[in-house]
Amino acid sequence: MIKKVRQHINQNEPLLFENSSPGKRGYQLPPLDVPSVDTAAALGASNIRAEIEGFPEVSEVEAIRHFTRLSTHNYAIDLGLYPLGSCTMKYNPRVNEQVARIEGLAWAHPYQPESLSQGILEVMGTLEKILAEITGMDEVTLQPAAGAHGEFTGILLIRALLQSQGNARKKLLIPDSAHGTNPATATMAGYKVENIKSNERGMVDVESLARAVDEDVAALMITNPNTLGVFEENITRIAEILHSKGALVYMDGANMNALVGVARPGDFGVDVMHLNLHKTFSTPHGGGGPGSGPVAVKKHLIPFLPKPRLERVGERWTWNYDRPQSVGRVRAFYGNIGMHVRALAYIMAHGGDGLRNATLDAVLNANYIRALIEPYYDLPHKAPTMHECVFSDERQTKRGVHTGDIAKRLIDYGFHPYTVSFPLIVHGAMMIEPTETESKAELDLFVDALISIAAEIDTDPELVLKAPHHTRTSRVDEVTAARKPIVRWKGVTEPRP
Amino acid sequence: MLSAIGVTSLEDLFSHLPAEVRLNRPLAIDAGKSEYEIVDYFRARGDENANGFASFLGAGVYHHYRPVLVDTVVSRGEFLTSYTPYQAEISQGTLTTIFEFQTMICQLTGMEVANASMYDGSTAVPEAAMMAMRVTGRDRILVSRTVHPEYREVLLTYAQHQGMPVAEFGYLKDAGTLDTADLESKIDSGTAAVIIQSPNFFGIVEDVRHAAEIAHKHGALLIFVFAEAVSLGLLEPPRDADIVAGELQSFAISPVYGGPFAGIIATKEKFMRQIPGRLVGETKDTRGNRAFCLTLATREQHIRREKATSNICTNQALIALMATVFMTVYGKEGLRELAQQNLSKAHYLAGKLPLRFSGPFFNEFVASTNGRTPDQINQTLLGKQIIGGLPLERYYPELKNTMLLCATEMSRREKLDTVAEVFAK
Amino acid sequence: MYPANFHYTKEHEWVRVEGDVGVVGITDHAQKELGDIVYVDLPKPGTHLDQGKTLGSVESVKAVSDIYAPVSGEVVEVNALLSTAPEKLNEDPHGDAWLVKLKLSAPDEIKRLLSAEDYQNYVGAEEAGH
Repeated sequence: MIKKVRQHINQNEPLLFENSSPGKRGYQLPPLDVPSVDTAAALGASNIRAEIEGFPEVSEVEAIRHFTRLSTHNYAIDLGLYPLGSCTMKYNPRVNEQVARIEGLAWAHPYQPESLSQGILEVMGTLEKILAEITGMDEVTLQPAAGAHGEFTGILLIRALLQSQGNARKKLLIPDSAHGTNPATATMAGYKVENIKSNERGMVDVESLARAVDEDVAALMITNPNTLGVFEENITRIAEILHSKGALVYMDGANMNALVGVARPGDFGVDVMHLNLHKTFSTPHGGGGPGSGPVAVKKHLIPFLPKPRLERVGERWTWNYDRPQSVGRVRAFYGNIGMHVRALAYIMAHGGDGLRNATLDAVLNANYIRALIEPYYDLPHKAPTMHECVFSDERQTKRGVHTGDIAKRLIDYGFHPYTVSFPLIVHGAMMIEPTETESKAELDLFVDALISIAAEIDTDPELVLKAPHHTRTSRVDEVTAARKPIVRWKGVTEPRP
Repeated sequence: MLSAIGVTSLEDLFSHLPAEVRLNRPLAIDAGKSEYEIVDYFRARGDENANGFASFLGAGVYHHYRPVLVDTVVSRGEFLTSYTPYQAEISQGTLTTIFEFQTMICQLTGMEVANASMYDGSTAVPEAAMMAMRVTGRDRILVSRTVHPEYREVLLTYAQHQGMPVAEFGYLKDAGTLDTADLESKIDSGTAAVIIQSPNFFGIVEDVRHAAEIAHKHGALLIFVFAEAVSLGLLEPPRDADIVAGELQSFAISPVYGGPFAGIIATKEKFMRQIPGRLVGETKDTRGNRAFCLTLATREQHIRREKATSNICTNQALIALMATVFMTVYGKEGLRELAQQNLSKAHYLAGKLPLRFSGPFFNEFVASTNGRTPDQINQTLLGKQIIGGLPLERYYPELKNTMLLCATEMSRREKLDTVAEVFAK
Repeated sequence: MYPANFHYTKEHEWVRVEGDVGVVGITDHAQKELGDIVYVDLPKPGTHLDQGKTLGSVESVKAVSDIYAPVSGEVVEVNALLSTAPEKLNEDPHGDAWLVKLKLSAPDEIKRLLSAEDYQNYVGAEEAGH
């Protein structure tokens, strides 16, 4: 039975371009208080465009209705559980949005004098120090713009350190359960990828790892807890194996929501890692970004951090550009500062104890779901669950129903689906991460939905195969979208190529 | 909940962690604070910054007015708190706005395909260069010295491990525009792409067509970079370029000390499969209604892993939505009028100052600080609650005693006059 | 099911010999495993391929699979149909939707490929193992 939702009307909305009428405007500019310049004389007639062909022309009311109507076509954390494994979809406190818009912070120009930037630098300096404490690392750079950008930065640091010792080495070891960003990052940083197979418990197999580590290996990129939500129990031994051959340990910190206040990567042998402020530290996902991917390092990697480095000199914060061993800049200016403000606000609201409690609740919620779902769905890896659990569709596949179908049917029950078909090492994976945000009541509704769907698959698999039934948009034809791509509006009359 | 799991305490859930990895002390972080205290803390930090100053800084980050509608839209939880729209059936809001964004970026730049955003302009540049390598099968990059110096630094960081040698070509000492003779002397059959920016870092409009001719004559691509998106309201779009890499900060994105901003990559349809980042495409649902979904995902890291076009995953979606709302509010007429106001303000101020270059400029220009250092002028301006221009010597040693000044629609005439007076003294 | 005059590989490619040219495609079994094919990436004419090297790739919405050259040779023709109608690879993998024609540089390699019967037994065993 569907308890959480019933259908309600929401409005259709054409594209902006279809809604446009010549001459309509939604803007006002003040009268020009200086003489108007002749554009052709100033810029050269051939440099001036006639018009922006096709650009929208709508009134202010039409604009706000357009975006408001479209917003009602979205699901969001503000509407309920968003159990995407590996994505840590937790509540985004609104005070964070408020403080990020404080004028002195939001309107700070990156080139304004340091003497007039001490407030924002204090925020950044404070956040760096706290993130170092949380991770057990020695220093943090806030420059990377997202998790994958942090990975890239971290691997460049490893390369620079090894290069300074005379040999950058050739390859990175990456477990087969890793996020796709890990191997893609390796390539961008000029390393070959060697995959490491997981053992039957879903962990890195220490013996085969030991065999794979040689003088060509620059580092292991490991996610801990891994993408099965399993803590790599041999992590200190794994780090010893890498270190004994002069290689390093990179940790993908996407799953830090399972560890904050409980265990610190810096205490279990990690040399360098990134954090996702948009996961663990609650900055909003915003439909795909922005994120922020701070990188935390141990002492031996500090000289190579991206420049400029924020430093405290006496009573003032200052940027140090004199960093001869730095890997260089990974982006212009200093990072996604607006995300740093939000993350610090989140940390301040929780305090040390609150952060730890959030971890405990996140792990509790994942284990609760695991316990209640396990009788109905196959759980291929039985190792203890941390912040997320991964089921497989093995039982349901016998009825012709796959993880993607179950996901679509969950939508009818009023939930965003779990992560589908990832990690790749689980066939038909259903990866569930509830986060600490959810109450028992919301979790119970979700569990009921999954149990109910399991029953539907036994009695009426077609119902699940054709889901969702109650959404304004039914299943979308992704095949035609990819075969004949239409990636911009070309006008109503133009037929599909 | 604990009994359903079969444990007696929360701590039991962590009992499998080896003792040596456990943190056996509380985190050294202050106790949690109330909302009021948090707001108070950040207000105080804001007050330590340059509150209430007029600013003439540009150089890749511009002070433009942010229409109220922008925050109204992006504050809606349905946009703010949703994830990447992988589940198309319940993400049509985000998908539709991205499709509109891609369309408007194409209209603005004269390209045929635009992605759903990159981190920022600076990281879009190396991504465009790597794309050019894949398209041409060549590896050398020639970048103009008039491209934003920090963009060039980022390009070098990315290039050094890609087997992608990067060389620079110069600008004309008097005009401040591309030295095309220098470009001609350096380009060869190994050049994958020529990278130019317009308006360039000095605010000067470049001859894109000429640069494209030179690049194409040698079988290289032309990558066009823009940092001041408002200029495209007035300037001819770079139709002759093969790839456009740009920064949208000018479109209602607060400066926030340098980020988050939103970059874009746009290109021709024939290069669509080499573009990095996410793309939204149009299709239908099973009932025959128009629908949108993420498409051509096989280019991306979560499928192609080490062979992906880029490692980018999280992008700048909400910031791109800000830009979308901005473009909607201003629209066809407004963006042009806005650009004209910027041009007029900058030219008004420039008319009163000694200019270093003679090339045509949009809303930024380089002034000589004859007889004084830029810092002396800026110190005087600070005393009048004005943040002056960016001294260029740090980036261009040959441009001693010059500064880059920017005027926008937000620069009031009296402040422009004050700057002129301080220069004149 | 599998044409008797084709030669097959365990990577699910086929080759049909026409004089000194080998016409190359993927098998019906392969197209079924891949699902709805949305894009086919093929080499340029003139490219020399060694047996077993990557010839190109086929994409479904959420997967990319490499195709390997079943024999060595130089690409003399690429099937233009597939660039506009990749779905043909699902509809007619043994006929219209061939991939490339190779000018055979080592015709003896053909002898080491599987016969239709051997291939049928091979995929039969693979399907049973699912």
